[in-house]
Amino acid sequence: MGAQLRVYKRRIRSVTATKKITKAMEMIAASRVVKAHRKVQASTPYAKELTRAVTAVGTGSNTKHPLTTEAETPTRSAVLLLTSDRGLAGAFNSNAIKAAEQLTARLVAEGKEVDTYIVGRRGVAHYNFRERKISEQWTGFTDEPTYADAKKVAGPLIEAIEKDTAEGGVDELHIVYTEFVSMMTQTPVDSRLLPLSLEEVAEEAAPQGEILPLYDFEPSAEDVLDALLPRYVESRIYNALLQSAASKHAATRRAMKSATDNAGDLITTLSRLANAARQAEITQEISEIVGGSAALADATAGSDK
Amino acid sequence: MAAELHVELVAADRQVWSGEATLVVARTTSGDIGVMPGHQPLLGVLESGPVTIRTSDGGTVVAAVHGGFISFADNKLSLLAEIAELSDEIDVQRVERELEQAKAAGDASAERAADVRLRAAATN
Repeated sequence: MGAQLRVYKRRIRSVTATKKITKAMEMIAASRVVKAHRKVQASTPYAKELTRAVTAVGTGSNTKHPLTTEAETPTRSAVLLLTSDRGLAGAFNSNAIKAAEQLTARLVAEGKEVDTYIVGRRGVAHYNFRERKISEQWTGFTDEPTYADAKKVAGPLIEAIEKDTAEGGVDELHIVYTEFVSMMTQTPVDSRLLPLSLEEVAEEAAPQGEILPLYDFEPSAEDVLDALLPRYVESRIYNALLQSAASKHAATRRAMKSATDNAGDLITTLSRLANAARQAEITQEISEIVGGSAALADATAGSDK
Repeated sequence: MAAELHVELVAADRQVWSGEATLVVARTTSGDIGVMPGHQPLLGVLESGPVTIRTSDGGTVVAAVHGGFISFADNKLSLLAEIAELSDEIDVQRVERELEQAKAAGDASAERAADVRLRAAATN
């Protein structure tokens, strides 16, 4: 076998192995998307009921709460960025990070200091590499986040927002995550989580202009709001974590699918080249044989004379 | 037919139970509260405790609920809990182990959570 043909054969073997791996990763990601999406849906009833309850307290009483009152001049904001622990997901992480950076730039332009909180090793690595300050970071659960994880993330954020700004607290909390629109579309979004604007929440809970009943609060509207708002934040973060996980798997699936397709194309091209190389080799051998026999015939013809 | 109310028992990550009931008893921070059809709209904070649902076909559903809310309006009752388990989902031996651990560690809230689970399971 010629040297060139051997090189082609070797490359085809290695690309085939890679293709098998990416195909397997694509299938794993596909099954995980379904699972993650089901989890997003399973968490919806809780989020919906909670939103209803928050609206009920917010509109049914004139309670003031640090989580709903806007600071007159907000000076510091917290940005929570949700990324994944692992890559191989196309532009998933860089898109989320880009969205966070745009938001940060906007907040800085408005004259606010920005504290960054990051979930996921990719985002942490990105910020560490650029030596930017991270207020708090969480890693290790982005593939399958649980409610306990969301609580862990929400805890320090709620604490920060309840603290006075002068003592290192924050006035606003923004969250940047990748929304799972469909299998094919995932868009990075940023939204302000706190302070809650109750009108917006009300819009979400009762879009058809449904009138909420006048509730009796047990033990009191303040206490209910005290207990309700942190739960609401937790559930929003939980939902964002789940959506981000589903989006990550969808992005991985897509990236791995195009990797598999590319590997297939590469194998076709390489096989064609290998065939051509083989054919060239055969042609060369034939012409060598023909040339050799012609030379021999010439030689014998010459000796006969 | 007796008056009924629709109950949704929802945990953070799943819907635990939903159906029609005639009476729901839950523990709020200011004491046990019973809700029957036609109750005034209510929104309360739940304590760790058992929730008893008397279903309209005469059965009883008991669940251990840890932290959450009860809200009732328009004959619809929602029980929102961070963690909720139906009594027949509870693994008694595991919870007993947890209770022992919590007692040993002096963790009052974990002890209480385990105790509530056990009591809910015992009613089954």
